[in-house]
Amino acid sequence: MPAPILDLTHVSKSFPGVRALEDVGFSLSPGEVTALIGENGAGKSTIVKILTGIYTPDEGGIRIGDQTVTFASPRGAWAAGIAAIHQETVMFDDLSVAENIFMGHMPTGAFGRVDWSAMNERSRALLQRLEADFAADAKLGTLGVAQKHLVEIARALSHDARIIIMDEPTSALSAREIGDLFAIVAQLKAQGCAILFISHKFDEIFEIADRWVCLRDGRKVGEGAVADVTSDDLVKLMVGRDVGDIFPKRSPRFGATVLEAKDLSNATEFDGLSFALREGEIIGFYGLVGAGRSEAMQCLFGLSAPTRGAILIDGAHVNIGSPRDAIAARIAYVPEDRQVQGAVLPFSIRANTTLASLAAHAAGGFLARDKELATTRRLGGELSVKAASWEQQAGQLSGGNQQKVVIAKWLAADPRILILDEPTKGIDIGSKAAVHEIIGALADKGMAILLVSSELPEVMGMSDQIVVMNEGRVAKRFARAEATPEAVVAAALGEGARA
Amino acid sequence: MSRLFANRDFALAAIVLALVLLIGARSPVFLSAGSVVGVLTDTSFLFMLTLAQMGIILTRGIDLSVAANVGLVGMVSALASRAHPDAPIILIVVMAIGLGALLGAVNGALISGFSIPPIVVTLGTLSIYRGAIFLIAGGEWLTSKDMTPAFLAFPALNILGVPILIVIAALVSVGFWVLFGHTRIGRALYAVGGNPVAARYCGVDLGRQQFFVHTLAGAVSGLCGFLWVSRYGIAYSDIAQGYELTIIAACVIGGVSIAGGIGSVAGALLGALFLGVVVNALPVINVSPFWQMLISGAVILAAVVVNARGSRREGKIILREARQKAAQGSAA
Repeated sequence: MPAPILDLTHVSKSFPGVRALEDVGFSLSPGEVTALIGENGAGKSTIVKILTGIYTPDEGGIRIGDQTVTFASPRGAWAAGIAAIHQETVMFDDLSVAENIFMGHMPTGAFGRVDWSAMNERSRALLQRLEADFAADAKLGTLGVAQKHLVEIARALSHDARIIIMDEPTSALSAREIGDLFAIVAQLKAQGCAILFISHKFDEIFEIADRWVCLRDGRKVGEGAVADVTSDDLVKLMVGRDVGDIFPKRSPRFGATVLEAKDLSNATEFDGLSFALREGEIIGFYGLVGAGRSEAMQCLFGLSAPTRGAILIDGAHVNIGSPRDAIAARIAYVPEDRQVQGAVLPFSIRANTTLASLAAHAAGGFLARDKELATTRRLGGELSVKAASWEQQAGQLSGGNQQKVVIAKWLAADPRILILDEPTKGIDIGSKAAVHEIIGALADKGMAILLVSSELPEVMGMSDQIVVMNEGRVAKRFARAEATPEAVVAAALGEGARA
Repeated sequence: MSRLFANRDFALAAIVLALVLLIGARSPVFLSAGSVVGVLTDTSFLFMLTLAQMGIILTRGIDLSVAANVGLVGMVSALASRAHPDAPIILIVVMAIGLGALLGAVNGALISGFSIPPIVVTLGTLSIYRGAIFLIAGGEWLTSKDMTPAFLAFPALNILGVPILIVIAALVSVGFWVLFGHTRIGRALYAVGGNPVAARYCGVDLGRQQFFVHTLAGAVSGLCGFLWVSRYGIAYSDIAQGYELTIIAACVIGGVSIAGGIGSVAGALLGALFLGVVVNALPVINVSPFWQMLISGAVILAAVVVNARGSRREGKIILREARQKAAQGSAA
């Protein structure tokens, strides 16, 4: 094993009233990928922020080589050769690729003037090294997410970074883009970089990482070589208990067909989508990010208009021109992005829960607080939302509990048809299991459910039918019994693509 | 949001009270019943207009044309009174409210219909309404000689000894308190300000709310326009010039978030009261008007700093002990 390039020793960090990290230590070695795993809130982000100079640890320190370093600012971390690539790219869409790469450390000439030709030259060299297929003077906003990640990696390399932190770099990438990213990771490894890789997805960890470090509740609970462990071991460590069967066992009984889409199409996003959804049935929609699944769901919910095709409810044609119409037709949509589309963060749990069903909680325009509280208490209890009180602000809740509040909001609207778009994205494993339990229970009670998910196990574990989409079209359909992971993924990648 | 008073409101109330007592100590006459009623009467316009503006700010908007609306409706009321001296005063009040609502609806229609930012629309209508005052009056100043005795007597009326301006302001305040805290419309206003996308997904439409609050603010401005001119007995093109900024200042001091979605009726009223006290009290202890401006400005900045600190995110609760502590704290 090569000598470590970076040692984190006995690091503790507190925030007012909270200890986020307690006595955490691990090492990163050149040419190795170390996976940092843990449930949401286990302290992974705090580690990243300490390594990148955003936070300073209260105790303990960082040793690079034989020097103990402290970073007063992100600049200090760069200077020490540490660079981070974040979950959501934080860059400047209106500036060029080269400007983004060299933001904060542009090469300068006389009188501090930016040396554009040197900057563009060096950017071109970096992009070439990464085998990027776009120009250094392209506007960043014109690039795709994977290409933006390349720009971030180029930025890291422009600092001569030897330690690269990747914070859920694949969460916005398609399978093919993930493949490209992993090729780059392998290249960086070969060049002697140490990589700290943070991901929720075990298949990625087993594919790319050499070592793993697991955090739970701010403490390190284990580390070792990836080759010596199974994903079950890691799950147990992360949650500190046996998760058991992750997906609830269901005994589906289907009723009449409630929702039908016939040749539903949109000029640019999806084409020829047809399906029939029965009471008590879950249809899972799988595909790569950008396969048009969410767009199709938004159309069903009246957020966009179809250019062709029809939507039928109980066999009758309906015209859904706005979310208001959809709610009236008893369709509910739990959107993908909780923070942006789901919860009103300054609102209490109560106000969030009743937002989609204000009419049912009001008399003559005046809100009936007792009705609101009764609904909140009932649904909050059923979904086991954990909160200090129903008047607590949604913004103060954990991701999993926020998601439960958003689901409660839509259940309060008394829907017959529930559309769930990535319902467990970015929430920890414990909450995920709870959300799966809820979905299964709803279907058993006769709710008709459309489940959009990019997590294969979730789609396969929950759905009665699976519709796989590729580039806006239905690539293949599977009944629950006949779906295999390989076949589903192959369909999602499209014919002729690598499987 | 739903509670009548937030903690912040208590702090502001304490500051206002301390200010009043401090000035009272220097000049006891300030604490007399007559003086208190005088301050409240003077501030009644600000109470009403601040609440009207608050509704707009809740939706992440702002209305710069409110004071121009007050001026224009005030002038029209005065002209109407001169042209029809026999018209019952109630008719003029209704006309003023209706005209104000119409001017507000123009803002609302432009904002929601063309998706133009409220600050841009109302910057435009501010100039238009202001210019219209000059045009319809031909640059003339109307003084109490031009107004009927009934017109001028209206603000001097009182109900059970309470000046009618205070009564109207109180009724309007109660109306806003019910509207914001206890109706579907109020909840929708907070929702579109708190998260416009989530609100849209729930069938709550931003444009509809914008149209409503701007029209409502217009109606309140119209009412204030009539009251303003009848109280001061003079109408000219600069009535309430610059008052829009005082109104916005009262909102900010009162804790209404310019980012939308946050604010309480009690807070906004206290913000208005604070400015009312500063404006009325400082002359009593011989402080120049320039100091008043300086103090108002400093308080606005202080309020913004307090708000920014208050809304700063607390640390995450990750460790089990901390979670238990938090749970105990909130249960206690």
